[in-house]
Amino acid sequence: MEDWNRVSTLDEIPPLGARIVHTAQGNVGLFRTAEGEVFALHDKCPHQGGPLSQGLVAGKRVTCPLHGWNIGLEDGQALAPDKGCAGKVACKVEEGQVYLKL
Amino acid sequence: MKKMKLIMVGNGMAGVRTLEELLKLEPDLYDVTVFGAEPYPNYNRIMLSPVLSGEQEIKDIILNDTDWYVQHGITLHLNKRVVKIDRHNRVVHAEDGATAEYDRLLLATGSTPVILPIPGKDLQGVVGYRDIHDTNAMIEAAQKYRKAVVIGGGLLGLEAANGLAARGMDVTVVHLMPWLMERQLDRESAAMLQASLEAKGLKFLLGKQTQELLGNADGRVSAIRFKDGEERPADLVVMAVGIRANTVLAESAGIHCSRGIVVNDTMQTYDPKIYAVGECVSHRGMAYGLVAPLFEQGKVCANHLARMGIARYQGSVTSTKLKVTGIDLFSAGDFTGNDETEDIVLHDAAGGIYKKLVLQDDKLVGAVMYGDTRDGSWYFQMIRDGKSVAEIRDHLLFGQSYLGNAGHQGQSRAAAMTDEMEVCGCNGVCKGTVVKAIKEQGLFTLEDVRKHTKASASCGSCTGLVEQILASTLGGAYAPQAGVKKTMCGCTDLTHEEVRKAIREEKLLSITETMRFLNWSTSNGCASCRPALNYYLICAWPHQAADDPQSRFINERAHANIQKDGTFSVVPRMHGGITTPAQLRRIADVADKYRIPTVKVTGGQRLDLLGVRKQDLPAVWADLAMPSGFAYGKSIRTVKTCVGSEWCRFGVQNSTQLGIDIELAFDRMWAPHKVKIAVSGCPRNCAEAAIKDVGVIGVDSGWEIYVGGNGGIKTEVAQFLVKVKAEEEVMEHAGAFLQLYREEARYLDRTVHYIERVGLDFIKQRVVKDAANRKALYQRLRFALDGAKDPWALENINPREFAVLTS
Repeated sequence: MEDWNRVSTLDEIPPLGARIVHTAQGNVGLFRTAEGEVFALHDKCPHQGGPLSQGLVAGKRVTCPLHGWNIGLEDGQALAPDKGCAGKVACKVEEGQVYLKL
Repeated sequence: MKKMKLIMVGNGMAGVRTLEELLKLEPDLYDVTVFGAEPYPNYNRIMLSPVLSGEQEIKDIILNDTDWYVQHGITLHLNKRVVKIDRHNRVVHAEDGATAEYDRLLLATGSTPVILPIPGKDLQGVVGYRDIHDTNAMIEAAQKYRKAVVIGGGLLGLEAANGLAARGMDVTVVHLMPWLMERQLDRESAAMLQASLEAKGLKFLLGKQTQELLGNADGRVSAIRFKDGEERPADLVVMAVGIRANTVLAESAGIHCSRGIVVNDTMQTYDPKIYAVGECVSHRGMAYGLVAPLFEQGKVCANHLARMGIARYQGSVTSTKLKVTGIDLFSAGDFTGNDETEDIVLHDAAGGIYKKLVLQDDKLVGAVMYGDTRDGSWYFQMIRDGKSVAEIRDHLLFGQSYLGNAGHQGQSRAAAMTDEMEVCGCNGVCKGTVVKAIKEQGLFTLEDVRKHTKASASCGSCTGLVEQILASTLGGAYAPQAGVKKTMCGCTDLTHEEVRKAIREEKLLSITETMRFLNWSTSNGCASCRPALNYYLICAWPHQAADDPQSRFINERAHANIQKDGTFSVVPRMHGGITTPAQLRRIADVADKYRIPTVKVTGGQRLDLLGVRKQDLPAVWADLAMPSGFAYGKSIRTVKTCVGSEWCRFGVQNSTQLGIDIELAFDRMWAPHKVKIAVSGCPRNCAEAAIKDVGVIGVDSGWEIYVGGNGGIKTEVAQFLVKVKAEEEVMEHAGAFLQLYREEARYLDRTVHYIERVGLDFIKQRVVKDAANRKALYQRLRFALDGAKDPWALENINPREFAVLTS
């Protein structure tokens, strides 16, 4: 059964930054854009499993630290010309609290 | 807001590329309508030659199929010729009476083949060579007839002749001038070209002027007659004497034309609502027919259509390659020369190799090559850079590999490689993959190939080879690295130098401010420009500019090296490679306590703890009680030393102590890329100073300083900078050199790349000869480093970076 779990406050994620959440389904990366939106992806690059949470966030994408693939934060899809999906995790922010559906 | 209406007249490569660039910048600004006179969507006109010779089919050369137009909401009218522009009411009229209104009009009407005004030009079997229709007519003729005459011995004419010969026709090329391709080749190289085409079965009539074409009873061409009275039978005549900008429509609308639609540097015509790109354009009196300059124009035009208004087209230097299988020729710039130029020539008639370089004031201004063109793009780059070649002049003709700095570049000829052979070792890309991507995805530039195949996208040492593959696949269409300036990344049209200048002169202190001031096209940059900007800011304004951790690569944010499994490696500083039993005990204890799986001795004379979990890093550092070794940064890494005069029976100087002093003095110094230093105590050079960014070698009478060495992908031997007596002088010279590199090199350029760009003379002038400048540079470095903090010290750690959240 999936529930909304509170995992962080918005303040704990730096703008254009990311945090790792340890979950029963493996690590999840929480990404915050400059505009304050938060997205969650499984913390594994579709290329060679690099930890996306350690990448550089720009616009609505993150660049994997291992080989520079760009992954869209909204859907977890690799940006052209690369192909693959990191898998997205439902995420919401309410009153400064960040929730994941796990 | 109601969208503006953009109409494009002409549906060729330059125009559609402009739309593609526009969609990247402003996908929603316009309702776009395209009128094309041909029945096909945008296709790769350059590839008509392989279609003619039967190596490819028309469907292979379509670049944007009709779906592409649909997907981007573009209304496409095929087979619809626009005949009138009503500029007053901003309406275009098509042949069939259809009309459309515009807010902006883009003319991309291309060019038409020049048809000689001679009797018989309208006979059946007389064609130009410009589009699919002409190509089909030639292919049909080749099935039914035998004798072909191609008028025009230029690029297009020879490609047409070669294609018709490949389809079994008996082809004669007629040329007015005394030698072939006179605009691209000199007499010597043209003679060699002619000989190899003759060996393929083509016939040539040079210096011949055509007087008329004779027809038979059915109204089909049957022969060609020359001024001198000679006649030759012909069932097909291809006129390939040149192309002419198609300005009929523009002229009828009263838009200023002069051998092309005249545009300014923003690709705007004399009517500010009307832009023009491509072969129909005349820019600063030049009309271009090669794809690379046209794409450059498209990019500039899109920038202005998108209302960004910052790009300028300033003309292009072009180069030529003939797309005939088995023929290797290249020319660029002014290869004929004049009274003020000098030639360097290599002519091996039997070996089929000819090379001529034209120099003016020690700068390369032109090149022609036949038989061996592997250095074409290298010469072309030098022509565009306009840099002095005085230093390498005596080996210039032998090419880049002869200079010893080529690495993998240009060692094998692209054409001779099989499809399975590897091009890019870094990314494991073989030739077949690159060729397939170029053909199938319609790639034209080095950047395109890098993006799609990753070939040459990492270390770049195979760039020359990839360019050769591009050139041999695209032929005449390819001009290496279009455009004269290298922009920082896709987020801006500015170069590294322009950005740094703005940061200095406008005193920009943060990335946000810089991006706003310089009109960045993305809201917060990308993984390429952000780290570069962050470095440029802290380099220009030490202690003032804000260092943005989120714009640093993870290694510099976590102060450790990320590994393939997401763990990190930790390398504490051991100044000059000297350690103590106490340090070694602590390292051993830390390795035990945190169950660190691997401890390795590095090439930089220190110990690397591999496999540390990120959340353990702060505790590991605290237990080590040693400073960060910066083994992860674009920064000073380590100073390698030998034992020197303290112990070694050959040592003449105390290299260990000097190494320790240098490492302490320059510790925590950020740089455009990593910086490695070594100090050897005698010329035996056990510290391998010759392959370091700064190498110091002790001799009896003092110290020799070498710069720009590199032990990486391409081994580069450091070059001698200066010899000094005292240790303080070593410090000042090395520091001044490093500061110059910090201030002027592009981000991610190692010292060797920087020196290659500016020349060692420039470095010597600024660091050795100009003592005041040296002291000023050194002072600026000392100021930047003053008070730099150890990132591993507890008080400097940002705990949030290392803490893990749980659900």
